[in-house]
Amino acid sequence: MAGAGALLAGRPACAQASPQAGPTLRIVGPWEIAGLEPATSGHFFTRLQVCETLVEADDTGRLQAGLAQSWAPAEQGRLWRFDLRENARFHDDSAVSAEAVARGLRRALQRPGPLRLAPVEALNAEGRTLHVRLREPFALLPALLAHSSAMVLGPASFDARDQVVRIIGSGPYRVTTLTPPQRVVVAATDPALRVQRASYLNASRAETRALMAESGQADMAIALDPASLARLRQVTSVRVVQVTVPRTLILKVNSGHPWLSDVRARRALSLAIQRTGIARGLLRDAELAATQLLPPTLTGWHQPSLSPLAFDAASARALWAELGWRPGPDGILQRGGERFELSLRTFPDRPELPLIAAAIQEQLRQTGIACRVLIGNSGDVPRHHRDGSLMLALAARHYALTPDPLGTLMQDFGAQGGDWGAMNWGHPALTQAIARLTRQDGDAAPWRAQIVRVLHDELPVIPIAWYRQNVAVAPPLAGIALDPLERQWRLTDMPWPGGGHA
Amino acid sequence: MRAWQRALLHRCMQAAMVGLVVGVLTFFVMRTLPGDAAYRIAAARYGYDLVDSAAAAAVRNELGLDGPWLAALLSWLSDLARGNLGVSMVSGEPVWHELWHELGASAQLALATLSLVILGGVPIGIACGLQPGHRLDRLSLALAVVLRAIPPFALGLAGMLLFAVQLPVLPAAGHGDSASLWLPALTLALPLSATAARVVRQAVVTVAGSAYWAFARTKGLPLRVVLWRHGLRNAAVPVVSWLGVQAVLLVEGVVIVETLFARPGLGHAMVHAVFGRDVPMIQGTALVLGLLFVAFNATIDAACLALDPRQRA
Repeated sequence: MAGAGALLAGRPACAQASPQAGPTLRIVGPWEIAGLEPATSGHFFTRLQVCETLVEADDTGRLQAGLAQSWAPAEQGRLWRFDLRENARFHDDSAVSAEAVARGLRRALQRPGPLRLAPVEALNAEGRTLHVRLREPFALLPALLAHSSAMVLGPASFDARDQVVRIIGSGPYRVTTLTPPQRVVVAATDPALRVQRASYLNASRAETRALMAESGQADMAIALDPASLARLRQVTSVRVVQVTVPRTLILKVNSGHPWLSDVRARRALSLAIQRTGIARGLLRDAELAATQLLPPTLTGWHQPSLSPLAFDAASARALWAELGWRPGPDGILQRGGERFELSLRTFPDRPELPLIAAAIQEQLRQTGIACRVLIGNSGDVPRHHRDGSLMLALAARHYALTPDPLGTLMQDFGAQGGDWGAMNWGHPALTQAIARLTRQDGDAAPWRAQIVRVLHDELPVIPIAWYRQNVAVAPPLAGIALDPLERQWRLTDMPWPGGGHA
Repeated sequence: MRAWQRALLHRCMQAAMVGLVVGVLTFFVMRTLPGDAAYRIAAARYGYDLVDSAAAAAVRNELGLDGPWLAALLSWLSDLARGNLGVSMVSGEPVWHELWHELGASAQLALATLSLVILGGVPIGIACGLQPGHRLDRLSLALAVVLRAIPPFALGLAGMLLFAVQLPVLPAAGHGDSASLWLPALTLALPLSATAARVVRQAVVTVAGSAYWAFARTKGLPLRVVLWRHGLRNAAVPVVSWLGVQAVLLVEGVVIVETLFARPGLGHAMVHAVFGRDVPMIQGTALVLGLLFVAFNATIDAACLALDPRQRA
């Protein structure tokens, strides 16, 4: 009966659900707090502005001062000096020292994350300055330091075995309650901030998040499914805000497979995909059909002059015929006794992936390709990339894990290919452009254009759709601008009626 | 040795066996699953944006996944003997710590659901049992069929739409406050109450058809008194057994409802641990569930012994 007692004692939460009534800003999202390691959950603590990175970025990816107020290369780019912000303090009131930063970065270098791309030789602290010595010049270092896995934690965050046991950051918010895997509550360190308290709750189902927003139980519901989105647009109690994020739905192709090694084969695959249909029918937003790999929001990288990727089943069939494939009795292409049958791996972490995989399966069938869809774990894609057995994989790749997409592009399209990028494919023009950009050798624009053009012509991955982040917000937040790089939830800038007086 | 002492000893031995069998079995099942555990664990830890072969290699190295299986099993068993369930491979937190959090939430939801079932289903069942074939009885049968046929996911969403959006009297989801317990408990309790009503009804019909019931009525006792003195206790034995089984299912098998309402819970934890190949967490959860099963069975036995003196002989 205790349960019933608890039930009967409980007051309906809607009494406190109105956003105007309470100062706590309630965020719900699909991510679980899988632990305290920066590589695992750092993005929560940087988005909630609990922890800072040395370098921050604005909406366009331009680097901004973070915990480091300035930085500069020396010794022909082999040494970087980062000067820490004066008076920066951790939440336990200890000063942010260069030694604490160096310790955190040494840990980050041992763990997954973009920082491992940097050829770091040594990290040394000298007063309030951090010296990063590199084996070779590497201009991308500040951008890699902006990733959440390189966030800075206070020395008291670690236990004797160097494990993170609590989150002590240096940002404008501090953690007050943390109950992994679902909930974190933060409070402002400055009484002048409008948002004095904020909470994050993990709600795995998109329907749940949408209903929480609609019922006033959440002030920001992040990542909505297309069906809920259409419904929420009709509701007056909620506003939907959107931003195109640098995430692209791609079809990763094994370019070393004898059937797919010819660029015409990859073009034929691309021509078979009806991107507008997928975007309109499954993502419910026809504008998301990708015309090239990187979306227009990445202004320094998107190339409006490229001819858009298009659907043309007849041309696809013609290309297959050129490559010697002929339709068999069941309509599936055949060549020298081989039947054109591919496997396509994907995973359900993003619920739209299996649906889109099914759509691609059907679209490929219409140009004569039998495709088996295998739905497994996200780790299967890198695993089968490594053992060479992957044919096709469908994934949603984030191209701005670091503010400069170059970090992701060099991981994916370097000379060796990448677990989430090219497979058995390389191109000297692209390798050259990446090398020039990492050395910051002259004007970046032509080299960026060269990278995008090579990827567009060669199609080591076939872009299908871009992504928009959809967030349902309470009316007071209707005017907020979302961060296209998904780095922050910008609590300090929220037009929030409760709390302080900023 | 008295009957209850014998039963307790028997259950304790059973618990130890269950712990051992469940632990060893999950260990081998996880080892024989297809796929590479290092990639699964890396994907669960770092998410799909950061999982790659380097991350998997680091995980493999850190956790010694390539080590011999016998050593891993023996080390788990010796840890278990000392009451140590190890640390989660995904979060790095002690398994006990995580299980305690999840078990609390599961137990709270199960208790709330059972309370609603007892308050709702039992009285209806008694009323139906006393007048089998009456309109209420037929209605309760129809309701039981309909409510059991609706998937809990749909029932939960309908509940959210009605109670959180249309008449905003309850929170849609979440946990931590008692108000957020209402909707998941109702989602689980509605179909269960309908079935409970049928089980109670059948027990009452059986009791009402017995000779002692007829005798009590013949000697002139009013229905209320006959039900109270002779009916309820006799009818309770099968109902208590049935409720006990439901309680176990509620603790371990309500993943969908937990996920829909964004609640922690053992079922939810187990499913996530399986996805992430978090072997210590799976073993810990399976062990706790196995022991819970034994504990619930022991409690049901004790309750039945208390209710039915004939079993104490």
